[in-house]
Amino acid sequence: MSADTKIVKVTGRAVAVRGNDIDTDRIIPARYLKEVTFARMGEYPFFDERFDAAGKPRPHPLNDPKHKGASILFVNRNFGCGSSREHAPQALYRFGIHAIVGESFAGIFAGNCVMMGVPTVTLGSAEIEELMRLAESRPQTVFSLDLEAKSLSFGERQVRFDIPGTYRNALISGSWDSTAMLHANLDKVRKVAVRLPYMTAFRG
Amino acid sequence: MAQNSGRTLYDKIWQSHTIEILPTGQTQLFIGLHLIHEITTAPAFDMLREKGLKIAFPERTFATVDHIVPTDMRSRPFLDSQAEELTQALEKNVAQFGVEFFGLDSDKQGIVHVIGPQLGLTQPGMTLACGDSHTSTHGAFGTLAFGIGTSQVRDVLATQSLAMDKLKVRRINVSGTLAEGVYAKDVILNIIRRLGVAGGKGFAYEYGGAVVEKMSMEERMTVCNMSIEGGAWAGYVNPDETTFAFLKGREFAPKGADFDRAVTYWKSVASDPNARYDDVVEIKGSEIEPTVTWGINPGQAVGISEKLPLPEEFADPEGARKAYEHMGWQPGKPILGTPVDVAFIGSCTNSRLSDLRAAAKIAKGRRVRAGVRALVVPGSAAVKALAEKEGLDRIFAQAGFEWREAGCSMCLAMNPDKLKGREICASSSNRNFIGRQGSPGGRTILMSPAMVAAAALSGKIVDVREYLK
Repeated sequence: MSADTKIVKVTGRAVAVRGNDIDTDRIIPARYLKEVTFARMGEYPFFDERFDAAGKPRPHPLNDPKHKGASILFVNRNFGCGSSREHAPQALYRFGIHAIVGESFAGIFAGNCVMMGVPTVTLGSAEIEELMRLAESRPQTVFSLDLEAKSLSFGERQVRFDIPGTYRNALISGSWDSTAMLHANLDKVRKVAVRLPYMTAFRG
Repeated sequence: MAQNSGRTLYDKIWQSHTIEILPTGQTQLFIGLHLIHEITTAPAFDMLREKGLKIAFPERTFATVDHIVPTDMRSRPFLDSQAEELTQALEKNVAQFGVEFFGLDSDKQGIVHVIGPQLGLTQPGMTLACGDSHTSTHGAFGTLAFGIGTSQVRDVLATQSLAMDKLKVRRINVSGTLAEGVYAKDVILNIIRRLGVAGGKGFAYEYGGAVVEKMSMEERMTVCNMSIEGGAWAGYVNPDETTFAFLKGREFAPKGADFDRAVTYWKSVASDPNARYDDVVEIKGSEIEPTVTWGINPGQAVGISEKLPLPEEFADPEGARKAYEHMGWQPGKPILGTPVDVAFIGSCTNSRLSDLRAAAKIAKGRRVRAGVRALVVPGSAAVKALAEKEGLDRIFAQAGFEWREAGCSMCLAMNPDKLKGREICASSSNRNFIGRQGSPGGRTILMSPAMVAAAALSGKIVDVREYLK
């Protein structure tokens, strides 16, 4: 919970990956989950959409040189549905995505993102469409996401986004890496444990 | 008590497992049981080592290997060096951190969501977490069970707790009865079709009504398993006599007087008759027919006698068009008669003894259609042994199905069981996502195990009821 873990602002160029219900198998095919660490996950986001069977790049926003270095991802509805694999947000993060702005997110995916310090924030579909068009037509546009103000600024414009309050608190207070916070309560954890009948195998 | 002032099972377990409200506003929730497997855990153990932490309650974590294991040749080292390396990492971690492990040589090995219930580890009134989204399966026991990511696996290991936000509860009543040839899989596919793949976001699903009450534990597990496919992080059924009878005598279930005390506790966690729900949905069991998916998510499903829907019928026509583009078939045509190349019976959704029995009933005395590759992958070593004891393996083998060792197999194709090219697979698994079964162009049609067996025999999508006449 030191100052350097606080996530208040994410600023950068943006890239749009369009479509509703983009699942985690599309974000990262299961074969890459065979790796023992997350170290190389940044090579794999949307792999089967970005490359053909021979490894030749296909047209895809994440392959497009005009979006190289983008750190904010625009998506549509129910992004990240499916599996609980943290490899999905790890792949995006290690590719360089540090915030995701969408119409909605699947629960486990959004939870995994916050555990990694990656904000997932939501806007209405009309606003997302406008943002996607802007990122596609003017890829040099710089967007600035401010979690304290819950605003996304670009050029002269500013829009207000939503984010679950607890996620916002975890990010801006730097307690998204929750182990220390939970571990500090270990005595209380043990007190709750002894109260639960199954923890003593129901021995009277 | 006033009307609708009662508490749900979710409310009760949430309250009794709350450690405290964290500064972030999240609840620190005690996790009663933690199940781990080879895929989502290695970095979690690395993080523990980095932070110099040990496991807070090592006796509450159990490990197995399922996702990556070959289902034919299981001798070590595995031919796939990555699978070998990942398995070795788990073996090293459980040894170093003192976790009980059901490895490949154990008769307790199997898909994590099959062995938890089978061993009596999964019990009512518990919280349970596992680094796998289908952890919702365990909700069949009246357990609050959550799929979690790797960083959360680290938190459960280090603190036996998670930072979580409370969900709302949607009661789903499935009333009446199911017709012959209609299975638990058809029930959950219809629920997801109706409520959508994102419809459960922010909710836990409580399944009830006459159809669910009559279901066996294995059927309830099939329903709860796919809660996550409807966007619900958890799904559960209130514990009842069916639950208690299932648990009695299982290895890790309480015994004798302890069992009686356990039943008292288990009964107490069921939702009150006047519980207040955030939403209630009614589904008529009699209106459900054998159901198959036609698209690229589990909500894109139709009854077997229906025609493929038009994209314009959906709130997201573009999503439906993308599904048709991948699947390569035409809206307005029947799904019946679609040829299949592969038939897969298995996965944490449908690989239990009753699933294999239902499929064997169809396969008995018949032959898999020439050109169809058909495999049956039991959910656990114990399921395999029980099935063999009653001769199901011989029924399948005589019909031309391959009879395999336990594992996740072609549900997600992390082992050598994969689709090739544009193959079409009739599958009893849970996800028809693009590329899910190991080929980027592969196509998955989800259905009940009996329907998969019928498809294997016919070489095409058929109505299983034709085989039950």
